[in-house]
Amino acid sequence: MARAVTPRRRLINTILAWSIGLLIFFPILWTILTSFKPEGQAIADPPLFLFFDWTLENYAIVQERSNYARYLTNSIIISVGSTLLGILVAVPAAWSMAFVPSKRTKNILMWMLSTKMLPAVGVLYPIYILFIKMSLLDSRLGLVIVIMLINLPIIIWMLYTYFKEIPAPILEAARMDGASLRNEILYVLTPMAIPGIASTILLNIILAWNEAFWTLNLTAAKAGPLTAFIASYSSPEGLFFAKLSAASTMAIAPILILGWFSQKQLVRGLTFGAVK
Amino acid sequence: MATQHSRSAARMMMAPAVVLLLGWMLVPLCMTLYFSFKKYLPLRGGDLGWVGFDNYVRFVSSSSFWPSVYATLIIVGGVLAITVVLGVLLAILLDQPMWGQGIVRMLVIAPFFVMPTVSSLVWKNMFMDPNYGLLAYLWRFFGAEPVQWMSQASLPSIVMIVSWQWLPFATLILLTAIQSLDSEQLEASEMDGAPVISRFWHIILPHLSRAITVVILIQTIFLLSIFAEIFVTTGGAFGTKTLSYLIFQRVLESQNVGLGSAGGVYAIILANIVAIFLMRIVGKNLDN
Amino acid sequence: MGRIVLDNVTKSFGNAQVIPPLQLTIEDGEFAVFVGPSGCGKSTLLRLIAGLEDVTSGKIEIDGKDVSGLAPAKRGLAMVFQSYALYPHMTVRKNIAFPLKMAGLARAEIKKRVDNAAAVLNLTDYLDRRPGQLSGGQRQRVAIGRAIVREPAAFLFDEPLSNLDAALRVGMRLEISELHERLKSTMIYVTHDQVEAMTMADKIVVLQAGVIEQVGSPLELYRAPRNTFVAGFIGSPKMNLIDGPEATKRDAHTIGIRPEHIAVSSDSGSWKGKVNVSEHLGSDTFFHVQGTGLADSLTVRADGEVSFRHGDDIYLTPREEHIHRFDAKGLRIA
Repeated sequence: MARAVTPRRRLINTILAWSIGLLIFFPILWTILTSFKPEGQAIADPPLFLFFDWTLENYAIVQERSNYARYLTNSIIISVGSTLLGILVAVPAAWSMAFVPSKRTKNILMWMLSTKMLPAVGVLYPIYILFIKMSLLDSRLGLVIVIMLINLPIIIWMLYTYFKEIPAPILEAARMDGASLRNEILYVLTPMAIPGIASTILLNIILAWNEAFWTLNLTAAKAGPLTAFIASYSSPEGLFFAKLSAASTMAIAPILILGWFSQKQLVRGLTFGAVK
Repeated sequence: MATQHSRSAARMMMAPAVVLLLGWMLVPLCMTLYFSFKKYLPLRGGDLGWVGFDNYVRFVSSSSFWPSVYATLIIVGGVLAITVVLGVLLAILLDQPMWGQGIVRMLVIAPFFVMPTVSSLVWKNMFMDPNYGLLAYLWRFFGAEPVQWMSQASLPSIVMIVSWQWLPFATLILLTAIQSLDSEQLEASEMDGAPVISRFWHIILPHLSRAITVVILIQTIFLLSIFAEIFVTTGGAFGTKTLSYLIFQRVLESQNVGLGSAGGVYAIILANIVAIFLMRIVGKNLDN
Repeated sequence: MGRIVLDNVTKSFGNAQVIPPLQLTIEDGEFAVFVGPSGCGKSTLLRLIAGLEDVTSGKIEIDGKDVSGLAPAKRGLAMVFQSYALYPHMTVRKNIAFPLKMAGLARAEIKKRVDNAAAVLNLTDYLDRRPGQLSGGQRQRVAIGRAIVREPAAFLFDEPLSNLDAALRVGMRLEISELHERLKSTMIYVTHDQVEAMTMADKIVVLQAGVIEQVGSPLELYRAPRNTFVAGFIGSPKMNLIDGPEATKRDAHTIGIRPEHIAVSSDSGSWKGKVNVSEHLGSDTFFHVQGTGLADSLTVRADGEVSFRHGDDIYLTPREEHIHRFDAKGLRIA
């Protein structure tokens, strides 16, 4: 709808959209601002917006007291690890379904999607005792596996929709040109699918990073990622607004930035290709 | 486009994904089913034998059951209504020509990337705290008595927090759908003399109906199992115990695994009913 | 070297048999064109030869060797696709070099062959570009380059010109014909365009619903179509097919007469009708004549200078020696 509108109309749109945008973004902005306030000024009445004594002490205190680095490491290992492991399993599967479809392909895809819809709480206890039996409770490995499994359907689906867009004749040409299956995937498919694979990785890192059912229920001090780190602020430390804000900012900043990069791919990934 | 070679290769390459997901689905599912027919109290005697459908009956006849259904319905329904209505309006607004569209889009999407524990805590403490929360200042500024959000208006509070998290999702998907609307169609209707409102009702809204359905179904699946938002705010108190939170409490807090598992089976059935509708839509899309 | 024999080849997708048992030999060095309406199985046939699909039964031999079970790469064939199927992430040089790289040739040899092919195809200046930066005709040449560097036993072309505009198509048609003259290798070319078939082929294979209707040189097909389908398909504009008394008079169920074998007059002739539409091409004029009582519309070719207007009376006289006779099954009566 790139049409000429009057500057007046455009101005109204701009003001309206920016106001709503800022309103929606405000809680995040407020958290970031508060994280730089001394604890006393964080609860000042009336609230202080920009004119306060900017400080970094909250970050230092949070880091020192709760060992932010360890939670961060756990978050990175769990989200990146589960995503890469998922990609490894998903690329061949998505290749098969996109380029060698059979009558069952659609059913398999739908079935995979259906596993994503299994409510976690319905299988909480079985997973819990399996984890105890296999001594995976509170281990990074255990979480990497579980989060890989819950995101695997999304990874496969996203890759499938990206692969589908690669014209089959190009792969057939590779076959005619003498490429083995391995070379076909290595030299032709993968380079062409890199943008799709990259956005799949990005989106799934975000989803894994924010996952807050299994990470809260299957970890304690050792393997807990940032979701658990923040949950530990639920009381009574939550009342120290500046420190809560510093911790929150540290937990969301990395992913917010990644998220802004991947916003275009988000829709495809989260609707399983149903909305383009 | 397939030969015997590629078909057998394809089967082999699909095997790991299929086996993993099959295991992930079947093993816990069978265990949940198994426990649901047992009296099983890990801390008070362990496996106390088969009880038939006892757990299923007890789960629905417990005094917490109907309130939890009510809380679930309010949260799911409330969030859906808010996010879909605001999402449509916001998507239409964002589709208009303006300055800085990209930045506004980023601002609007941001809450989606905030992890649930963070958004719940930030809202609970920094905004909804009855003494120091920003909303309390706002209320006092207008001379009103601050609201005890988490205790007196616990369900609306949670609906608000969760809506804030999911509005970006709805907006983004609806915006994508609006942008795929053929502009010639709109121009044709403009040529036909349709006023703005009827263009919205007769062209934009029908065009969005599929996207709205997708938003509703996907959100429903996620909303039915929201956990962290309740876990770190009320802990299930003040009538905010949803069905899935109730099951969580039965299983992990009161360690009544049999009862919780029966609840889990209900939750699985419920989610599957929603899922069937979603899969129909997604499946249709696969065909073309 | 590239004699290709299809021996009782069939292909089914599920229960649907798209190619009933089929027998065909393409001699070494021959330019064979598979032609037929869309959905006639010509592309499937090509893909069977390429190895991109398995034959359901029967066997395919290349130079006397049964290749039915071999992977495409092992058959020593090269294929040019309708969509060109260039690798978008590789430069032209890498595209052309890809099959050689897969074959494990030495780098120097690869470079030599690619440079050679590029020189032949006028691509030398474009070697470092990517397919996205090339025009349709250039892409087509890259696809051909990728095929020729392999020095294959035979080339397979799957409607290679259908994505080009009309002017370019004529040019590429000539280039491919020249290439065949120069390389003397077997080429199999699939098209739905009978003009391409007539102008390029040594041997035309006309297909309908997976069945070979006729095999022969362009002129054989033009002069003696085996049945009404081939008669209607080969030649442009189409042959006029007439049922009824005129056919019975000549002991046939149907007779066919090509537009170029009918004489036109404004005052006398065997058949009388009215001109509906006239198409002036400059060199020729085609008249679509109605109201003859023979068929809905007859097409006749006249000299470019002849002029009739819509509604004018026109007299037509077929040249008897060019009338084709067909029986009730549509088969040619000798």
